[in-house]
Amino acid sequence: MKEKLQSIKEEAIRQIEASDVPEKLNEVRVKFLGKKGELTAVLKAMKDVAPEERPKVGQMVNETRAAIEELLEETKKNMERKIREERLKQEVIDVTLPSKKNMVGHSHPNTIAQEEVERIFIGMGYEVVEGPEIEYDLYNFEKLNIPADHPAKDEQDTFYINKDIVLRTQTSPVQARVMEEGRLPIRMISPGRVFRSDEVDATHSPSFYQIEGLVVDKKISFADLKGTLEVFAKELFGPETKTKFRPHHFPFTEPSAEMDVTCFKCGGKGCRFCKGSGWIEILGCGMVHPHVFEMCGIDPEEYTGFAFGVGLERIALLKYEIDDMRLLYENDIRFLKQF
Amino acid sequence: MNTSLSWIKAYVPDLDVTAQEYTDAMTLSGTKVENYEELDADLDKIVVGQIDKIEKHPDADKLIVCQVNVGTESIQIVTGAPNVKEGDKVPVVLAGGRVAGGHEPGSRVAGGIKIKKGKLRGIESNGMMCSIEELGSSRDMYPDAPENGIYILPQDTEVGADVVKLLGLDDVVFEYEITSNRVDCYSVVGIAREAAATFRKTFCPPQVTPTGNDEDVNDYIKVTVKDTDLCPRYCARVVKNIKIGPSPKWMQRRLASVGIRPINNLVDITNYVMEEYGQPMHAYDLDTIAGHEIIVKRAEEGEKFTTLDGQERQMDPSVLMICDGEKSVGIAGIMGGENSMITDDVKTMLFEAACFDGTNIRKSSKKVGLRTDASGKFEKGLDPNNAQAAIDRACQLVEELGAGEVVGGMVDVYGKKKEPVRVPFDADEINALLGTDISREDMLSYFRMIDLEYDEKTNEVIAPTFRHDLFRLADLAEEVARFYGYDNIPTTLPKGEATTGKLSFKLRIEEVARSVAEYCGFSQGMNYSFESPKVFDKLLLPADAPERRAISIMNPLGEDYSIMRTLSLNGMLTSLATNYNRRNKNVRLYELGNIYLPKELPLTELPEERMQFTLGMYGEGDFFSMKGVVEEFLEKAGLNQKEVYDPKAGKTFLHPGRQANIIYDGAVIGYLGEVHPDVADIYGIGERAYVAVIDMPEVVSRANFDRKYEGIARFPAVTRDISMVMPKEIMVGQVEKVIEDKGGQYLESYALFDLYEGAQIKEGHKSVAYSIVFRAKDRTLEEADVSKAMDAILGALEEMGIELRK
Repeated sequence: MKEKLQSIKEEAIRQIEASDVPEKLNEVRVKFLGKKGELTAVLKAMKDVAPEERPKVGQMVNETRAAIEELLEETKKNMERKIREERLKQEVIDVTLPSKKNMVGHSHPNTIAQEEVERIFIGMGYEVVEGPEIEYDLYNFEKLNIPADHPAKDEQDTFYINKDIVLRTQTSPVQARVMEEGRLPIRMISPGRVFRSDEVDATHSPSFYQIEGLVVDKKISFADLKGTLEVFAKELFGPETKTKFRPHHFPFTEPSAEMDVTCFKCGGKGCRFCKGSGWIEILGCGMVHPHVFEMCGIDPEEYTGFAFGVGLERIALLKYEIDDMRLLYENDIRFLKQF
Repeated sequence: MNTSLSWIKAYVPDLDVTAQEYTDAMTLSGTKVENYEELDADLDKIVVGQIDKIEKHPDADKLIVCQVNVGTESIQIVTGAPNVKEGDKVPVVLAGGRVAGGHEPGSRVAGGIKIKKGKLRGIESNGMMCSIEELGSSRDMYPDAPENGIYILPQDTEVGADVVKLLGLDDVVFEYEITSNRVDCYSVVGIAREAAATFRKTFCPPQVTPTGNDEDVNDYIKVTVKDTDLCPRYCARVVKNIKIGPSPKWMQRRLASVGIRPINNLVDITNYVMEEYGQPMHAYDLDTIAGHEIIVKRAEEGEKFTTLDGQERQMDPSVLMICDGEKSVGIAGIMGGENSMITDDVKTMLFEAACFDGTNIRKSSKKVGLRTDASGKFEKGLDPNNAQAAIDRACQLVEELGAGEVVGGMVDVYGKKKEPVRVPFDADEINALLGTDISREDMLSYFRMIDLEYDEKTNEVIAPTFRHDLFRLADLAEEVARFYGYDNIPTTLPKGEATTGKLSFKLRIEEVARSVAEYCGFSQGMNYSFESPKVFDKLLLPADAPERRAISIMNPLGEDYSIMRTLSLNGMLTSLATNYNRRNKNVRLYELGNIYLPKELPLTELPEERMQFTLGMYGEGDFFSMKGVVEEFLEKAGLNQKEVYDPKAGKTFLHPGRQANIIYDGAVIGYLGEVHPDVADIYGIGERAYVAVIDMPEVVSRANFDRKYEGIARFPAVTRDISMVMPKEIMVGQVEKVIEDKGGQYLESYALFDLYEGAQIKEGHKSVAYSIVFRAKDRTLEEADVSKAMDAILGALEEMGIELRK
């Protein structure tokens, strides 16, 4: 019996070693260990073994089975590893082949700029408010301290629908509307389309975008205006950005200022981009004129505030180095895809 | 506005700054310098030389050889200039020096031209004699320079002296951007006052001394102002025994430096004072003034008037005229008349310095079609008190220059005198507004620097009448801030009650629209809000289409931009065409922009502005791809019911068989379709194009961001497939409606899985197959549940004349 088991084992080992694919191993398993396999046959033949011998034989059978199983298992693992390795070798791809992209659309550069500005101010607690694009003269001019016959009305080259209704020349009328609502304090920005009767060329468009900002509260100061816009400039153009405030004049703010930022191309050293000055003019701002408060029903003795207005195209053109404003309204997909 | 540095220094003698320092500091104190030009930037080593000897060039007929004494030595110069003779004193650029350009007018070269030693036809030439053009200027500015030749200097000029200094070219000209509130800075004196304050130097304005003989001007001229609203003040003085001649060099230089051509002493004086004081003046030949009388009144209806430039112009009663006893002699504040202009034979002259209503001048100037230096100043609204100062200054110059004999006294028609404004002063409040801690004394010192007086008794700051922009404390705060320095104001952030930063709900829905569009491959375009009325024809809209009721712009940039759009499609189709023309493939664009719908025309109230979400594409994809984008958006916006598509959208610009209104919740919220081939031809889109327009207010009013977790199904679904043959006219939408209506409570979903028209199907019919899924949330469905629903569905379908295939 011992010899028999030994020869079964040897035969099994031989066949295992001779197997080249997992299927063959399986055949070996069935042949030796299966229900009708050779070892099972030995077990079945136990009844012919003397009872006192049986435990010993049983143990021998089990040992043989274990040895064959172990070898089968090990061989199978090795074989599978080899096969896996072989597969991996064959599956090498050229990773530099072109990608398969989904066609994804792009936002307009104006919108990207607008969202950046909105994100900065929403983070500082500003609400985004809209106003009508076709607006009463009253809100576009009068309530902003620009009475009839004011030279600013000429300067802005207004499109008129009739003598009382205009295409808004600025987003500032939204200021007046929000102030009139009278919910104080106010922290708002208002992005939107504005119109001026400029002929279309590389730097002018009769329709463009502005973002207006307004803060009204008790004890708001010019220092707050400077601080807020400095944060804005650093967020928009990078932490190294410096700001410079120059006196200016707007009818609806007093004191008024224009803000320059250090040229983001040369960092302020002076280059062709900033015409050698190191600075780029970016926005107009100032403390809300007390007369504007009065006209909008807010007590200028109790409240102060600041306002600013920034041209989105200006930011978009500067940030993305777009050299012709007309590109923004042509909607050529090759242009839009770059943003 | 331009000034030269030397002219500013005339009133701020201690000013010692470089051009860049001046530019920076003035800009920071509120007088913005746009740019500056150093007149001698391209001039180097140019001295006075005297020609000692002239000989003919041995080998060239047109050249001469000059021996020129330049002070330190005598040098040989070969020249072709025709106008020099021995003894002449001329500008000489020495070898190694630079000139600004060639001798032709306007031939300046950036960086100048370097002059080297050389030989001309074999004869050595060690420098060059200069024309005024080579010195970077022109005969306009230096009228004594000859045409086409070397500039001959006066005989008393010192040999070897620096020509740049001698001709006043060692100067810088600044160009300013003056804001409309600072009318006083449209004058050299005004800017000099700002410069003195900016650099903390003493301001020394011109000292005007009394002028005039013993006679009384009233014996020469009488002035009546009929329209005092348009002419608050009229000052007149008379000069007799006039001697016309050139003005002195210093005056010519100053005028030239700001780009004004010297003419003669009288013209130069009026121009000089206009620049210096910002007050335009006019001179009439008194002998042409009928009745020696001036009447200021509105023009007659239909009046024609010839201005001194010889042009006849049409007037109307809105235009203010200067008249004599018989006729008009000038358009007030704009230009004098040909009939009263000063000629070389003038003997007695009337000087006018008046103040006219700025708005009226601006409008008249537009109406008459004539904008002059004078009208440009008047239209800003001048200080009437400046008129007298200016006319006295002019008379002082007349006497100083010996241009004539000034008659004593001034005719002054001045109704209501303009008084200074008194502004209550409060240092604490100014500090609160600025966020600063500036002492009261410092503030008062800033005010003094710019001629603002302080009344200690009333605690008021008195703004001089030339500052018509100072009325209240905020205005004073700006003056303080300007001279304290905007840069020195600290930076803080607003304190106080916290506020919530957010987008409006409408903007959030627009954001959803944008992100869905972009994920579906659409890029964002932008189009103008105004367009041509021709677009309605391009879109084949019938004559009575409501879209044709558009708002017109009174003063458009042209017909192409003359109406406010009532539909968004034209912009989209134009953009698709642009891309098609440029051979861009697979173009997908979207736009979010308003249309403008008038409630009534002409407009009496603001129109309705409706945001339109417009999608357009050509290339890959079809009607159903577009429909998919629409549905993705509506779903993301929280519109979870099923949309209904009505093919009877009636859009003339869309393919009649490939268009649909999108109906949600019973309302039309938009439409989509294939662009009508006729319209595609009109726009020049050579491929099938698809568009969708969603009326955003309809979406926003139904949108929400509420989402509720419904659980994930735990019990198995039962799926039933049905296959049917139906007439082509029946839309699958009708089948789906039946499935939804009859599907019962366990209906979970359904999907079209086969659609076939062709050989095996009978004529005029199509084969359609649906897979219908049932599921209960709480148990495994039984056959009975499903067959009950299926029977209802099948029954209803059969009633519609749909044949079920087994």
